[in-house]
Amino acid sequence: MTKPTPRNFLSPLIVGFGLGGTLYLSFLLTGHGLGAYGFFRDLTASMASWVKPFWTAENTFLLTFLYEDGPLSTWIAWEVAGIGVGALAGSLAAHRFRFKIERGPRTSSATRLVFAVFGGVLTGLGATLARGCTSGLGLSGGAVLSAGAFVFLVAFFLAGVLVSTFSKRLWR
Amino acid sequence: MTFPLEHPSLWLILGLGILFGVFLEAGGLGSPRKLVAQLNMRDWTVFKVMFTAIVVAAGALLVSEQVGLLAGAQLKVQTPFYWAMAAGGALLGIGMAVGGYCPGTAVVGLLTGRLDALFFIVGMVGGVLIFANYCDAFQGLFFAGMGNERETLASLSSLPGWLILLGLVALAWAGFHFSAQFESRGDGVIEAKNLTD
Repeated sequence: MTKPTPRNFLSPLIVGFGLGGTLYLSFLLTGHGLGAYGFFRDLTASMASWVKPFWTAENTFLLTFLYEDGPLSTWIAWEVAGIGVGALAGSLAAHRFRFKIERGPRTSSATRLVFAVFGGVLTGLGATLARGCTSGLGLSGGAVLSAGAFVFLVAFFLAGVLVSTFSKRLWR
Repeated sequence: MTFPLEHPSLWLILGLGILFGVFLEAGGLGSPRKLVAQLNMRDWTVFKVMFTAIVVAAGALLVSEQVGLLAGAQLKVQTPFYWAMAAGGALLGIGMAVGGYCPGTAVVGLLTGRLDALFFIVGMVGGVLIFANYCDAFQGLFFAGMGNERETLASLSSLPGWLILLGLVALAWAGFHFSAQFESRGDGVIEAKNLTD
């Protein structure tokens, strides 16, 4: 059975207006923007407290992100769940859902997964330092013209462009 | 002043998240190859989507505040820690160049069937744990370059918000204009059908 051809992506301008409208609604209704990193930070704190409760209870950083009602009680957990639902529904509707390990044609699956973990570690560390990620600080901060957000975005693109000249081989 | 709401329901926030996920997926931002193609200057989708979204949201927020629909003082504006945010931003840029995602797009990647996104997420948990384990050593960098509370480009430059917005619109326009030259060279924009293999 051949899978149906995937529908192509929407134009960046349409997606930008849709995303901007969603971001505006988020600020209008909740007073804050959209994010993602915060959920993974909270999740890490909860998992650490299951595995090493005493270490976590004494950790000045993780302690802040343990909540009485658990990591799924926060607004960002619900928002990230929404991202997942929206992405799943959208990709199924447009026939773009595919089980795979996405990688460059000359990269083995194992290499790709090792670099995915490595990139994830840098991202977890970086988003903690910056107190937010591309969505939570870059996009949401950008919408309220936050000075820190633009410093973040410039550093993100400069470092990304620079390093990707060396990591190009992984992807093409 | 009726907005923002004092106690927005979690279901409402779930709905906002769904819209966010639908648009990220529809733009192709769940694909690490498409995200990295931006860093290679081959496909300018990320720049176009992000800049359009920022300009649209910022414009709508400014107007809503002007007409008295929204209490601007109640919107969350991060206190800048310039060096910490620059260092963190750079790490996210490198993380995307080698790992292919950022936190939000990794969620989209995972829920569109990409196993590599799960490995990226495991890595992120590891990164947070490294910070937590060495948080004393990271304290200096974490608080480096603290700025004024609620500092914006407008308050920093003493220019009106609408003028800053106009500057961003000009920058976005320039990006759209010049990216066409990059995108017409080489392999060009990554389409959904390029990602099926």
